[in-house]
Amino acid sequence: MSFSTHITDVPDDQVAITCDNVTISYGSFEAVKSVFLEVPRGKVTAFIGPSGCGKSTVLRCFNRMNDLIPSFSLKGRIIYEGQDLYEPKVDPVEVRRRIGMVFQRPNPFPKSIYENIAFGARINGYTGDMDELVERSLRRAAVWDECKDKLQESGYSLSGGQQQRLCIARTIATQPDVILMDEPCSALDPISTLKVEETMHELKKEFTIVIVTHNMQQAVRVSDMTAFYNADAVEGGSGKVGYLVEFDETANIFNNPKQQSTQEYVSGRFG
Amino acid sequence: MTFSSPNFSTTSLHRKPGLLRNRANGAMTALAATFATIAVLPLIFVIAYVLIKGISVLSPSIFFELPPPPGLDGGGIGNALIGTLVVTLISCVFAVPVGVGGGIYLAEFSQGNKFAEFVRFGTNVLAGVPSIIAGVFIYGLVVSTRVIFGNSYSAVAGGLALAVLMLPTIIKTTDEGLKLVPQELRWGALGVGASTFVTTMKVVLPAAVAPIATGVVLAIARSAGETAPLIFTALFSPFWPEGIFKPLATMSVLIFNFAIMPYEAQITLAWAASFVLVVMILGMNIFARWISGFAQR
Ligand SMILES: Nc1ncnc2c1ncn2[C@@H]1O[C@H](COP(=O)(O)OP(=O)(O)O)[C@@H](O)[C@H]1O
Ligand SMILES: [Mg+2]
Repeated sequence: MSFSTHITDVPDDQVAITCDNVTISYGSFEAVKSVFLEVPRGKVTAFIGPSGCGKSTVLRCFNRMNDLIPSFSLKGRIIYEGQDLYEPKVDPVEVRRRIGMVFQRPNPFPKSIYENIAFGARINGYTGDMDELVERSLRRAAVWDECKDKLQESGYSLSGGQQQRLCIARTIATQPDVILMDEPCSALDPISTLKVEETMHELKKEFTIVIVTHNMQQAVRVSDMTAFYNADAVEGGSGKVGYLVEFDETANIFNNPKQQSTQEYVSGRFG
Repeated sequence: MTFSSPNFSTTSLHRKPGLLRNRANGAMTALAATFATIAVLPLIFVIAYVLIKGISVLSPSIFFELPPPPGLDGGGIGNALIGTLVVTLISCVFAVPVGVGGGIYLAEFSQGNKFAEFVRFGTNVLAGVPSIIAGVFIYGLVVSTRVIFGNSYSAVAGGLALAVLMLPTIIKTTDEGLKLVPQELRWGALGVGASTFVTTMKVVLPAAVAPIATGVVLAIARSAGETAPLIFTALFSPFWPEGIFKPLATMSVLIFNFAIMPYEAQITLAWAASFVLVVMILGMNIFARWISGFAQR
């Protein structure tokens, strides 16, 4: 796939997800406008920016989670491995099996720790050794040591940080291609946050990761690429319209951004 | 400039019962407690009264014997007890799948469309329909037309009438119970690639079992004591039940029939049956509370 509008130097054959002039609206309100973006495969891409600028909105489009919002509509194309995700023939369930998601608040199922992992794997048609998959997934999410003696206990018996890593393990167990994370650490304490970040370093060896974060140090610590979003009030509009300001390697975004507003945001002058 | 504030260091912090605010407080508490007591008195009196009236025949044997023929003594309410259980069971067979299924549709699949609004409104109206109307409705629909394999009055007809009464409660508690399940749980299941159906059946529904079960039990408790819908449908029988397509005795209709008979034995049995019925319904309510206790854990 190749597009006339390149805003990054990501080579075409290393792109996992492409946003081609994406505008997302809730009802008549345009939440994000004209996003061009190329998420590289096998890397961690961070979305940063002030609240309400549409980071979650864009992220939720990558696995069609926005379908659950009745007023949602999208213009433009989101291309994943050569397929437009919003083509009418595309089955959102199939999309979500390839592109998994970890949410802001830990949301384990009210089942045992073991079942939390096995559930997704089973519905995705996994027929191999379940015990082995559960252990492997929990290990890769760096939560095995805390869970191994209580696999049959409820997922709720874990602490918030452990629950979030359980949710990551649950996502890995379905063997997706891309993992989306929407502020996965915002409900966690600093120690748990560091553990989740360690997990991410492990995971990026195998998965493409897109993470929304409010924490700029976190973006620096975990990501290879960073997209900075901002929102501006528009004439006659009801709210602020979000847009992508700049997308570049993380080091460039934080050390010599091209845009004035990026510079101001990363240096803490607003947002 | 200084403020003239009361000298806190010299005033005592002890409570002064004589103060107007403290006396008013005490009076209001007492008043509220009095009304609360009055509210539960009917229940206590009802149980005590039916117990006193029926105690002379209350013994384990009444649960296993048929009512006596007019003019004779002894006997029991065994057939009515079984009849009530049978009719209640039949009503559950109809009302639970439809009610829970309807509630699932409203909460999980309708996305608040016009049809769902209409169903919710209809459910509320149905909840207020007098129970005798449910009886007449089923009488007109299945008893007088003999659609159930040519049978007229039957346990099945009685069960259908009670099911009509149970439906609104079950639909409503299912709907509300599912709405209490956090949205994040649905996202979690959809996020690992589950379909809406699997999400509902395997994740959302298990999380709402306690409120749904509570609703079902409360619906049963409400309908088990109904008389009016059964008079036209299950009718009555002085004999043991002969199958679900034949008329049979139920507790409430037995009470209705016997209480107005001119025979002492029947009247006392009606009181004993009343006591058993009240205790059964009380038991169901306690059971419902016990189930809903699981939801909090
Ligand atoms: N479900 C929704 N319905 C309507 N508007 C929404 C919904 N979710 C988000 N928005 C709006 O879209 C804009 C972007 O929100 P969001 O993507 O959550 O921002 P961020 O994640 O960057 O804080 C906000 O103005 C928000 O009010
Ligand atoms: Mg957000």
